[in-house]
Amino acid sequence: MAALIRLIIFMLGMGLALPSLAAIEVHDFDDPALQARYNALLDELRCPKCQNESIGSSNSPIARDMRARTATWLEQGRSDEDIRNAMVARFGDYVLYDPRLDSRTWLLWSLPGALVIVGVTIIALVVRQRRKRHAEGLSALERQRLATLLDTHQEAARMPQDERREKSP
Amino acid sequence: MKRRLLLFIPLVLFVALGVFLWLGLGKDPSARDSALLADPFPEFQLTTLEEPNRQVDKSLLEGQVTLVNVWGEWCPTCKREMPQLLALKARGIRLVGVDYKDSRDKGRAFLDEFGNPFELTVFDPEGSLGFDLGVYGAPESFIVDRDGIIRYHHTGYITPSDVDAVVREVGKWQR
Repeated sequence: MAALIRLIIFMLGMGLALPSLAAIEVHDFDDPALQARYNALLDELRCPKCQNESIGSSNSPIARDMRARTATWLEQGRSDEDIRNAMVARFGDYVLYDPRLDSRTWLLWSLPGALVIVGVTIIALVVRQRRKRHAEGLSALERQRLATLLDTHQEAARMPQDERREKSP
Repeated sequence: MKRRLLLFIPLVLFVALGVFLWLGLGKDPSARDSALLADPFPEFQLTTLEEPNRQVDKSLLEGQVTLVNVWGEWCPTCKREMPQLLALKARGIRLVGVDYKDSRDKGRAFLDEFGNPFELTVFDPEGSLGFDLGVYGAPESFIVDRDGIIRYHHTGYITPSDVDAVVREVGKWQR
């Protein structure tokens, strides 16, 4: 029991220690609005060196540089869009978590919608075709064939029963 | 029979999607086109590694095709790249170095040890020029044409088998 408690305390301690390893330096702005924009930009810009980390959560040197540059630009009064453009001009579209709509990304943006439209069209066509076939009913020739088929099958179904009845008494 | 063939459409689409995604998996996620191709080389005002009092700017790159190599003493692959850079110099290419996030002493010691293929080296201790070039790791190389426009970007180190391709690329812009 004591060993278990010690283990639990140890594991909790590990949980406390990990986040402190990945500490990111804090940039304090005098203006809270600027601070909010800074935090938002840090979340939406992707670290170019990392595979999937925002510059706000990465400890890599380039992410640190990008944070510092973002802070400087904000203090110089540049707009969010201006800062985004400046980052894309240097590091490419990769740094935007939300890719922009342009000649290379239109397929990415439009494909889901296009697939939904194609799917709905196919379903609509299939349903319509089924309904049409249902409404038309059977031709005289088909009705005749159906009757013959039903007759023979009914006879076949009755036969074994009749045989049993005759033998059982 | 024709209707039955139509039933294979989903399978064909599925296989096509599978192949597409499979090819995507095989790609190197760190290989990306430079955002600066066909853009002018960024403005800068920095000293050279050799002379702390000498200011240089981008006019340094005008007039002839130059291979700009971003390196640092702290970067192990830069050491492996030096023989290739020396070979490029021997083949008549003008090289300019950018010593990125380094100290002057270490940068100089590096060139003493591994050889200096550069006409001169721009000293960029804060990494500001590197940042404007979109460098996120060293080494990276850029071919800049006569008018100071970036024409080619090589991320990672130039391997011995890349040398011919780089020479060809420089030749393309010298014409």
